[in-house]
Amino acid sequence: MLLNVTNLDVSYGAVKALHGLSLEVDEGEIVTLIGCNGAGKSTTLRAVSGMLRPRGGSIAFEGQNVTGIASHKLVERGLSHVPEGRGIFANLTVAENLALGAYARKDRQSLADDHERALVLFPRVKERLKQLAGTLSGGEQQMLAIARALLARPKLLLLDEPSLGLAPQLVQLIFSIIREINKQGTTILLVEQNAHMALAVANRAYVLQSGEIIKSGPAKQLLDDPDVKRAYLGA
Amino acid sequence: MQTLDYAIPGTRPTQPGWVTFVPPLAVLMLALLMHYCVPFLGAYAERIMTDMAIAMIAAMSLTIVNGFTGQFSIGHAAFMALGGYTAAWCSYYFCLRYWGQTAVVPGTLFGTHQLILLCCALIGGAVAAGAGWVVGLPSLRLRGDYLAIVTLGFGEILRVLFQQTNSQALSKPELANRPLFGSDPTNPGWVFPPGVGGSLGFTDIPKSTNLFLCYLLVGLTFLFAYRLKFSSLGRALLSIREDEIAAEAMGVNVTRLKVRAFMFAAFFAGIAGTLYAHQSGTTLRPIDSGFIRSFDIVIMVVLGGLGSISGALLAAVIITGVTAALLGLTDYGLLPYRMPVFALVLILMMIFRPKGLFGVHEIWDYLPQFGRKGAK
Repeated sequence: MLLNVTNLDVSYGAVKALHGLSLEVDEGEIVTLIGCNGAGKSTTLRAVSGMLRPRGGSIAFEGQNVTGIASHKLVERGLSHVPEGRGIFANLTVAENLALGAYARKDRQSLADDHERALVLFPRVKERLKQLAGTLSGGEQQMLAIARALLARPKLLLLDEPSLGLAPQLVQLIFSIIREINKQGTTILLVEQNAHMALAVANRAYVLQSGEIIKSGPAKQLLDDPDVKRAYLGA
Repeated sequence: MQTLDYAIPGTRPTQPGWVTFVPPLAVLMLALLMHYCVPFLGAYAERIMTDMAIAMIAAMSLTIVNGFTGQFSIGHAAFMALGGYTAAWCSYYFCLRYWGQTAVVPGTLFGTHQLILLCCALIGGAVAAGAGWVVGLPSLRLRGDYLAIVTLGFGEILRVLFQQTNSQALSKPELANRPLFGSDPTNPGWVFPPGVGGSLGFTDIPKSTNLFLCYLLVGLTFLFAYRLKFSSLGRALLSIREDEIAAEAMGVNVTRLKVRAFMFAAFFAGIAGTLYAHQSGTTLRPIDSGFIRSFDIVIMVVLGGLGSISGALLAAVIITGVTAALLGLTDYGLLPYRMPVFALVLILMMIFRPKGLFGVHEIWDYLPQFGRKGAK
């Protein structure tokens, strides 16, 4: 088990965002969290990546307890988070953004290989290496954000709403790349509003509602689930 | 292994070993050139150029924290004053105990006094860096305006503390009769409380600052800031300024680097303060730690463009030069109007070029052969 979250409690002040959330991610999987606005999807990712300190419960990564460990240390262990809204460093060039992705890495030898691999996945990013990242389009920025996270050589990649604000065609492209990244051996935990796309690409899925998991199972099965269909797929 | 058609930032191309020594040597040559220009300049121009050098070091050091890291500090003069006071205290009492006087032979390139100055600059810088650590700590929790107020408060606290120091010991025999630590106000200790002039200001500091040392230190500060900006560490600082959450997600230890930025900046501010304290014709006064001095440095950094080293350099030269030129207004009784002139310049700058002269970029980014896409 790569990631094991048990009974996670997170609050923002007095407001409880997650109560008793448990989920697990196996090596090589794509797991997705779907749910409405405010269900706690992003909060879950932030807690897993150490940006929020949980009130209770535990998070284990590769069998080791990592509850309460700072984000930047988790990056070194192989857990990368692509935050919602991309988090591009707008005043730095694309190449500098990529270099920051590899900031936490100790091994510099294979860096060129990883750059090459990330740029083969995202040829659009490669065309714009010397450009300021703030001048990229929304889709390109999302690609850069994912490429940058890959340079940390994550074992587990947390993606927060990669389809946010993108044209349908770009959403297709991003999701096919996500599948490709997964095939190359990176486990992915994906948070999405676009439940259709997320369920199509994922192996397993959890459905979140007001901070609790109300359903889970293989993605294919949830795609046909009448409740999920009605609530999230609009069918 | 496949080859890339671009250089990955952070991996340096292999170069012959001697290339490393070119920039420091160039700095040394510049400093020597400045020294041998002195006879042709005259005392007034020498004074202005010293002021410029001090302003340049101060502005470059503030660029590290305000520009690179994006932590808005408006108490930078406090680090300057602290470094200056510390260094001046060291050199003053050292000279007094060994020679009984603090007179310096003017025009020396690098004599004993300059060596003492250099050592004292390191001490002053180190003490200022320690203070930078202390001020950096609250910056872990505070952002924007709140941090600015803390740094402002730090400057004012220091100013009041400097006012409370003893007026200095005057002669060698007097010094010999004093205890190390004294609680009797009529016979204060010579180490504590420190005799650094109190509210009247610290006079008779050895006047050992010369153009050679000034420009040597300007050059070294520039090299440091430049190497920092284009290193992995510097990129991490820039990433904090751009987006703290994303920086954390890259594995950047945001809290540690913020404090480190404060320490770097304070160290070089301390060096600038040391040069200022040992400049001929200055009295180091508590007010040097106050808001007005800090604001002068902030103006330079903002005018040059937050994050631009060459911008800070240029702005330091312009501001110091304009100040000196406006001193000419004294004859017409217009001197008090120079501050409104600065305010006007800043307002116009904010309207027509809100990113400062160069924004986050350097002057050479605007030259066609080096220019990067997107820099306008």
